[in-house]
Amino acid sequence: MRLAARLLLAAAPVLATTAHAADLTVSAAASLTNAFKDLAPAFEAQNPGTKLLLNFAASDALLAQIAKGAPADVFASADQETMDRAQAQQLIAAGSRRNFANNALVLIAPADSTLALAALSDLKQPGVKRIALGQPSGVPAGRYAKGALEAARLWGDVEPKAVYAQNVRQALDYVARGETEAGFVYATDAAVQKDKVKVVLAVPTETPISYPLGIVAGGPNPAAAKAFVDFVLSPAGQAVLARYGFQKP
Amino acid sequence: MNAAESAWIPLALSLKVAGWATLIDLVLGVGLGLLLARGRFPGRELLDAVLTLPMVLPPTVLGYYLLVLIGKRGWLGAWLYEQFGIQLIFTWQGAVIAASVVALPLVLKAARAAFEGVDPQLENAGRVLGLSEAAVFFRVTLPLAWRGILAGLLLSFARSLGEFGATLMVAGSIPGRTQTLSVAVYEAVQAGQDGVANVLVLITSLTCIVVLLLAGRLLRGSAVR
Repeated sequence: MRLAARLLLAAAPVLATTAHAADLTVSAAASLTNAFKDLAPAFEAQNPGTKLLLNFAASDALLAQIAKGAPADVFASADQETMDRAQAQQLIAAGSRRNFANNALVLIAPADSTLALAALSDLKQPGVKRIALGQPSGVPAGRYAKGALEAARLWGDVEPKAVYAQNVRQALDYVARGETEAGFVYATDAAVQKDKVKVVLAVPTETPISYPLGIVAGGPNPAAAKAFVDFVLSPAGQAVLARYGFQKP
Repeated sequence: MNAAESAWIPLALSLKVAGWATLIDLVLGVGLGLLLARGRFPGRELLDAVLTLPMVLPPTVLGYYLLVLIGKRGWLGAWLYEQFGIQLIFTWQGAVIAASVVALPLVLKAARAAFEGVDPQLENAGRVLGLSEAAVFFRVTLPLAWRGILAGLLLSFARSLGEFGATLMVAGSIPGRTQTLSVAVYEAVQAGQDGVANVLVLITSLTCIVVLLLAGRLLRGSAVR
């Protein structure tokens, strides 16, 4: 009897976490990991009692979760296309969509790489055996890279060497560990592992890399969601993003 | 490529990876199982615990260990790459290593228990009749322990077929080369391609049912014999 009571007591906090009014869940693109984590304490200080829960993954994966009813309050995507799809499925509260940052696509190599990579066409050389990029069907950074390579008529050469990552940070990790000779990530990602990777080329993209965020329709905590969107767009929020290399929208 | 075609390639790859991993586990599991059952040396139980770790460790921990060990800059991986130009990360062979490590405890545990269950008097009888140690093992011990080992092998095959976490970390997700069924399911769901995911999970479930039915039949067969 006593044991059962104890077990129930131990389980109580677990059961309680599912319905906590003051939690704010933000589903954000993987490339925002460091910047948003840094943003959290300042936001929580401004909004006492609100606990910010950050959920990072590739934008498409986050959208798939939200479409299946994941209790997210805010969705921050790394491209407009994914947010367009979210809006088309009526997952975003009307009028809440804002662009909050810009980024750039870069080609990176391990810091100790001796390969000559001055142009995208240098990826054709035999010394480049594997190239890391996000899975184009599910990772915006991969779509931007594929688009840039297609525009340069190089996709046919790169595709056989491609190693697809589940999100942009995994592509970064592959290059940092030296498992691939090159990889496509955002400028802000490369800056996170400065000692292990070097930027060899700024890659022009078909469309500008612009990050939108929006409040999830029917999310559990709309008031805090509004506060978070405002905070990201405020000078304080923009300063944190700028510190990680994001440009103004 | 339609959904059915795109499902066939990962299925074939999964079967190949699971087959090789089970073969490796047969050799390693039987050898180590025999060592643990019959060997008398200090640290025997510690060795058993270490070899059982892959069954209880989170797949991510295992994947990280493997990356650090067989990665291009890993302890073993750097040597392999410099000496032979072998790179295991992002290859189906890398997926085989991940699956065989994860599934090894299943064969090992079964083999150890099976060897421990063999009556030593039967082996002694063989020796008295003039059989060499190798002949005693292959003609007395192994046939007596085989049923237990087979059960472990089938579980190991099923476990290899379902391996996901460590495989994704070590072999990545390269369509046609390292994208196994479980990884393909993950990718399809992540990308919101529910149609592809539906076909893949159906195929995975059917394959596992066939394996389990086969396993049951094999085990019953050997019980009768």
